[in-house]
Amino acid sequence: MRVELRHLSKRWGNVVGVDNISLEVKDGEFVALLGPSGCGKTTTLLMIAGIYKPTSGEILFDGRVVNHIPPKDRNIGMVFQSYALYPHMTVFENIAYPLKLQKVPKEEQRRRVQHVADMMGIGHLLDRKPGQLSGGQQQRVALGRALVKDPKLLLFDEPLSNLDARLRLTMRGEIKRRQMELGITSIYVTHDQVEAMTMADRIAVIKDGKLQAYDTPDELYERPRTLFIAGFIGNPPMNLIKNVEVVVEGERYIARNEAFCLEVPAERGKKVVGQGKVILGIRPEDISLADDGEGVRGEVYVVEPLGRDDLVNVQLPGDTFVHFLADPALRLKPGMPVTLRFNTEKAQFFDPHTERSLLWQ
Amino acid sequence: MEAVVQEQAVEAVARRRPARVSLEAFTFMSPTMLLVTLFFFVPVLLLLWISLTNLSSNTFGNPLCVGGAREVCEALGIRAGGVEFVGLSNYRRLFADRFFPKILRNTLFYVFSTLALFNVGLALVLALLTTHIERRVGFLFRAIWLLPRITPSVIYIMMWKRIAADAPFGILNQFLMPVGVEPRFWLKEAPWLFVIVTNGFVGASFGMLIFSSAIESIPRDYIMAAKVDGATTLQIIRTIIIPLIKWPLLFVTTYQTLSLLASFEYILLLTNGGPGLYRTEVWSLTAYHRALQTYFGNNQWGYGAAWGFVLVVIGIIFSVIYLRVFRFNELVQEPKIDAL
Ligand SMILES: Nc1ncnc2c1ncn2[C@@H]1O[C@H](COP(=O)(O)OP(=O)(O)O)[C@@H](O)[C@H]1O
Ligand SMILES: [Mg+2]
Repeated sequence: MRVELRHLSKRWGNVVGVDNISLEVKDGEFVALLGPSGCGKTTTLLMIAGIYKPTSGEILFDGRVVNHIPPKDRNIGMVFQSYALYPHMTVFENIAYPLKLQKVPKEEQRRRVQHVADMMGIGHLLDRKPGQLSGGQQQRVALGRALVKDPKLLLFDEPLSNLDARLRLTMRGEIKRRQMELGITSIYVTHDQVEAMTMADRIAVIKDGKLQAYDTPDELYERPRTLFIAGFIGNPPMNLIKNVEVVVEGERYIARNEAFCLEVPAERGKKVVGQGKVILGIRPEDISLADDGEGVRGEVYVVEPLGRDDLVNVQLPGDTFVHFLADPALRLKPGMPVTLRFNTEKAQFFDPHTERSLLWQ
Repeated sequence: MEAVVQEQAVEAVARRRPARVSLEAFTFMSPTMLLVTLFFFVPVLLLLWISLTNLSSNTFGNPLCVGGAREVCEALGIRAGGVEFVGLSNYRRLFADRFFPKILRNTLFYVFSTLALFNVGLALVLALLTTHIERRVGFLFRAIWLLPRITPSVIYIMMWKRIAADAPFGILNQFLMPVGVEPRFWLKEAPWLFVIVTNGFVGASFGMLIFSSAIESIPRDYIMAAKVDGATTLQIIRTIIIPLIKWPLLFVTTYQTLSLLASFEYILLLTNGGPGLYRTEVWSLTAYHRALQTYFGNNQWGYGAAWGFVLVVIGIIFSVIYLRVFRFNELVQEPKIDAL
């Protein structure tokens, strides 16, 4: 099913939950709504589900305005952060609940519940109450209940945030696979950009109720259009260095501040030259140690071991700090002098006032 | 080796626990036990004792001065009067009373209709209504419903007497006359209606408060999930809300059964058991009438105490039935901290 939001807003008095969001979800697409907590993701989802009434704007399913259709007639499956399993019902009764409300014959209910439960790997738990299940099992029941009525649209509200890291990884893959197999259009709310990046076909980045960007994970990562997206997408986050000026020296474009002078590829440099002081963005993985001693000099400030890599915070002259990823075998320690090479092929530039990218409009 | 020692230690703890737990339990329960003893067991025993005597205005004396104790009392200068130990004769008289079946029927009718229609029924409806409208409006509405409860009983009942007063007075008559209803003495025409309504309007607010706070504490997610699953509001109430407030429902049912069994002051003020012979006389009112208000000024405390004591027994029987049927012991869970 195709979903379209047109200038959708939700306000409670002075509180703005969602501010003029427009976007389209294609049939079978998996879209993530990504943003920090309190930015209006849940509100958007609940409006799509029909539980909140939009203050203004329209919601369309397959081109039809559904603003006035009650939730029960929207044929939506939803998974809540809290799972919202009915505590007084067994797993079977929980999953069968949507079917019971549709007055599906008992025998068919049994068959469909069993089918979904087996698919989710919880077929042996049907007689238990939700309170007797682990978090991961509850999650599967919640997903089963959402899937049992063959919904046209699946909504997820931070479904994995209550699971431990390992289980989250498993469930992430599982949800994605089910969604692909069944081809159900899905909208997935999360504040975890890794989840959004790994699962979604497209990501809608939301901040303060406003849509910041709506694009594929690759685009958002490679061509962030605003400072917020640059800082929000990617883990560890992009280094944002202020007061950088780009000048032309003959054929070459040079980005410089008190700490460094970097050559920038011409196709990027020429868009920034003459813009005064700008913000340079560069991801930690695009900074490496310079083995030939040519590059930006600095001093190790903090080392955070991440396991596979060390996240190293380096202080450059003039109170500029940058993070980069180093091989733990190098055993970098605070206070050690280092020379860094910046891969300026991947450098981003932002206007410090409008906070928009100078490279991608 | 170490494991064995540890196992022994665990066993020792396990063995020691029952004794210690019961002592601790006793210590923690002692204030409650003291109160229950002082204000329940002692009065009930006194009641039972008095019900076994012929204590009345005519025989007035210290009820402890019966049988052999009479001489001791006289020696000590305590007034013994004509008090005699009469065994179960008050009880025989009670069960042989011509009006006993009627009073029993009245009591059951009064308790269960008020309970079903108002103290639980209306309370639930009010709680559901006030939690399904805007919060502030719901709050205001509930506050208004509390007014009768905080109005002094006499004033509250006087108001109802005015409402149901005889023609040509009566507020009800003033409203019904314009629509063509013959004015009449409503209280006399339908005494039960007013007995149940006056008690119910006050009684409903208790359940209303308990139910609405229970409903408001149901996580919003359950309701939202049910909506998405395809439930209408009525289906949500029936399949989600009611099952989730099962315990408050059972608690209010039990508690209100017992308070209705023991309540009589509104009936006393409103109909005094009438009109006519025992039309609205209930058990606790009978006990009051026998013990404290008889036509000839002869207060039959002994006989009234017998009515009172049987009511205590009825109350205990109801409590036990409720405890069993509703399985209240399932509510009492082993504290989690013990499982450490
Ligand atoms: N029922 C409500 N009444 C008033 N304000 C609300 C309500 N629901 C959400 N909000 C506000 O709207 C904003 C967005 O909330 P929400 O959509 O829950 O954020 P998210 O899911 O992105 O964390 C928050 O500022 C929140 O306080
Ligand atoms: Mg949320």
